[in-house]
Amino acid sequence: MTGHYCDLSNSDVFLTIGSNNVECHPVSAKWVQKAHDKGATWIVVDPRFTRTAACADIYSPIRAGTDIAFFGGMAKYILDNDLWQKEYVRNYTNAAYLLDPGFDFDVKTGMFSGWNEQTKSYEFSTWGYQVDETIPADASPTGAFAWTTEDGVPEFTPPGNKVPKKDMSLEDPQCIFQIFKKHYERYDLDTVSAVCGISVETLELVYKTFGSTGAPDKAGTIMYALGQTQHHYGVQNTRAMGVIQLLLGNIGLAGGGLNALRGEPNVQGSTDMGLLVHNTPGYLAWPTVAKYPNLRTWLDLETSSGGFYTNKPKLFISQLKEWFGSNATLQNDYGYDWLPKLGSDNDVTTMSTFELMNTGFIKGYFLWGQNPAQSTANTKFAREAMSKLDWMVAIDIVETETASFWRAPDLDPATIDTEVFLLPAALPFEKAGTVVNSGRWLQWRYKAVEPFDQAKPDLEICDLLWKEIVKLYKDEGGANPEPILNIKWDYDIDGKIDPRAVAQALNGYVIEGKKLLTTFGDLKADGSTASAMWIYAGFYANNDAPLDPSEQKVGARGREDKGGLALFQQWSWAWPLNRRVLYNRASADVDGKPWDSSRSLVNWTGDAWDNNDVADFVASRVVDGAPTPVAPNNNAFFMNWDQIGRLMIHSLDMPVPEHYEPFESPTDNALNGRENSPMIRFADKESVKKGTREEYPIAVTTYSVVEHWQSGSQTRHCPALVEAMPHQFVEVPEKLAEERGIKNGDLCRVFNNRGSIHVHAFVTPRLHTLLINGKEVHQIGLPHHWGWASMYSTGDVVNDLAPNVGDPGSYIPEYKAFLVDIEKA
Amino acid sequence: METTRRGFLQVSGLAVFAGLTYSLSTQTKAFASEVDPDWKLIRTEESTSVCCYCSGGCGLVISVRDGELINIEGDSDHPINEGGLCSKGASLFQLRNVIDPETREVIPNPNRVTRPLVRRAGASDWEELSWDDAIEEIARRVKDTRDATFVEKDKGVIANRCDGIASLGGAQLHSEDQYGVVKTMRGLGLVAIDNQARV
Repeated sequence: MTGHYCDLSNSDVFLTIGSNNVECHPVSAKWVQKAHDKGATWIVVDPRFTRTAACADIYSPIRAGTDIAFFGGMAKYILDNDLWQKEYVRNYTNAAYLLDPGFDFDVKTGMFSGWNEQTKSYEFSTWGYQVDETIPADASPTGAFAWTTEDGVPEFTPPGNKVPKKDMSLEDPQCIFQIFKKHYERYDLDTVSAVCGISVETLELVYKTFGSTGAPDKAGTIMYALGQTQHHYGVQNTRAMGVIQLLLGNIGLAGGGLNALRGEPNVQGSTDMGLLVHNTPGYLAWPTVAKYPNLRTWLDLETSSGGFYTNKPKLFISQLKEWFGSNATLQNDYGYDWLPKLGSDNDVTTMSTFELMNTGFIKGYFLWGQNPAQSTANTKFAREAMSKLDWMVAIDIVETETASFWRAPDLDPATIDTEVFLLPAALPFEKAGTVVNSGRWLQWRYKAVEPFDQAKPDLEICDLLWKEIVKLYKDEGGANPEPILNIKWDYDIDGKIDPRAVAQALNGYVIEGKKLLTTFGDLKADGSTASAMWIYAGFYANNDAPLDPSEQKVGARGREDKGGLALFQQWSWAWPLNRRVLYNRASADVDGKPWDSSRSLVNWTGDAWDNNDVADFVASRVVDGAPTPVAPNNNAFFMNWDQIGRLMIHSLDMPVPEHYEPFESPTDNALNGRENSPMIRFADKESVKKGTREEYPIAVTTYSVVEHWQSGSQTRHCPALVEAMPHQFVEVPEKLAEERGIKNGDLCRVFNNRGSIHVHAFVTPRLHTLLINGKEVHQIGLPHHWGWASMYSTGDVVNDLAPNVGDPGSYIPEYKAFLVDIEKA
Repeated sequence: METTRRGFLQVSGLAVFAGLTYSLSTQTKAFASEVDPDWKLIRTEESTSVCCYCSGGCGLVISVRDGELINIEGDSDHPINEGGLCSKGASLFQLRNVIDPETREVIPNPNRVTRPLVRRAGASDWEELSWDDAIEEIARRVKDTRDATFVEKDKGVIANRCDGIASLGGAQLHSEDQYGVVKTMRGLGLVAIDNQARV
């Protein structure tokens, strides 16, 4: 979330799209309701009339997978009807920047300029700004890169800063505003209506209502979840929403923003932590063979020419120092080469790992509380791939479908040689540590009871395994033991591994004397500071009580609410630096005056900043040894090198979101001449088994219910929840049920080329038969919480049906829109 | 002496002994008084926690007596949930303990795995093994696979990568657990590391 849960109470208009927040994030609804009670308007757009829709003022159905068409239409409506926030767009976005004259989009082929057929990817030379001049990096004593000359800082070449050409009148045909406007000319109400299956009247009402938040003193927010991300263009769905919020001037405002309601209690933390192929903790680039063969190339390429990331080497060197301790020195590039480098021969994100297991390339598999035999896309294929593994180690609280994949109804254990270890994990309240919610609040969980029987906290399991592996390499040698033996592993307190010691490492410290840091601004690139996770600097920084989480910010329980905007600045701690609303500079005009004085996050009084939130911009600078306020400027997005919000950008697959159809779609693309995004991942894999709309005419979407959670491995083990929601079902629109002779409660078979499942029918008006491009399309819905492994409630695995294709940026599968057929069993 | 429940938790932070009595569902003043001996929460220690389902971060108050879980409910002081919980949060107690339908006694949830288990090649069921044996066996397999699939150089560049092992998950763990996972897995040379954020 760019804001946080309580901030929802500050909104004037809500748009829930790609989320069923009343059921799946019930506490969010509490805060929406508070605003609703004060007169806010709530819009829900969803394929299904959800429980959220039942609470809303305006409901619109939509065909799953057509969000870019919907938002493209909204962009056009906002511009055509002059609803955009002009001062905001002109000053805080790249609307005025001139784009390369070679930029083009060909509607007939559905391709942007720069496609390289050899590499099957875009080259970005025509997607960038026209540049006036390049200012060389300033390493003089007063320059941004002065620190690069200090002892201990590795040598590298800071980049020069490009100065883009602009037309502040926004009239130049080559300026981004005009190109953006032209791009969405095709997205008129009639076309969008036909693509999305929404009536023109409803579309107009939704667009007009949300567009009203373009008034400078209004705030609109968008809440979304996996309904937006689980598409092969999920990243562009998200961008489309971001662009709408920039046009309306909603990013950075209290009650504004783009709010991802994330699906796990600490998935914000696991994303922060770089439990992902391409990241180190804190969103730095993981080293690769091709791009970053050595530390110098990493520093050269990753250091930004402008904005905060000019400091990136300080973050990365401090991370290496925490990782390798005193073994990391200037002479050995701070241990850079001991980090494993990604190759370019194999993709190794989740979906690809099953392909690599299937060919025997991956032989061993660790699972830390995840259940892919139930939850990945095309689970049947994933289970077959797992059966080729030599070994698996599942760390969990129950026997999941993954730990017991060899017991799957479609597999024969006698033919599977995989050895599976199942290690009992402690429950969240049987151990201590930090969780990070969607609003980036870090909160401490205290240990309430001992782990039951022989269960252990995951950190302790890591510790046991690590010490045993280190011992084996010390005693026996083996494939390069250096990266293992040089790691610093010093998280014991009183002779036992302790999360408080890890919290200190995450927070960061000055190595000399291990003094905890209150800000990442104090990190250095000279090897004198260590920090496992720069964005958490300050959450555990009280040097007077390093062993007492209740005396740390992470344990803070102050109820004060300075400014009365439900910021709760003294309760827990939000990364970064306890900032509650990201991009809050944009909540005020170029002179630093809040657009709406009743929603003041930051405010320039003429000679100082009077802020309710921690500034997300350079608000003060040290001049002659004293902090001095910095007068307002338009650098509202200073994490970008151009320090500006981007309506268009050279991202991976599209410079501006364009509609394509789902991999398996019930219709042709009516907006351009190409079916799927040219950069769809894994569509060519044999395991995918694409189905045609002739074979499988029914569109399907998957979703969650409030009583169960994810793969059900926790909730299907709680009798009260099983009693509340005992069985799996398929929601079938009345018209389809009539056509197929399906009655409420009938057992049905739902199937495609990848799988076949049996579920009971729930015939309902909540799902609609839509008119799409002139033809009727039925959409059905499947909740996805069931599998064979539970004492209380079992069912078939819905994800057997989902296609294992995905987005080129996020590599997230397309669970939310594919094709099946349904029949009475 | 009068102290608010909120202040009480604030001062102590960690588990507090609740020999005093006060309502758990509202923020009331804590004061010594007669205690109903049958009251569910008599002689319990409290600690605060956070729900383990969606990403809302709802606050919990957990009550424990003689080392055993007695009750979990919403933390009324918590600014996000203000004491409320959804159906999943309200049933958190059952992750550890359930009521035996026959005896009406509180028993450990029988679905829970509480001992290390191994399923051998071709077998159709689990075998129990000790933690020591489990760790020793797993470490041996990790080393064998790492040694057999390690890539020291790739296209002439130092790679120090272990191709033969993948790691998945972590979004339910504490951040400190997660750092343990990322450091050990990356430390072995793994690059195939993902978690629920990829779902």
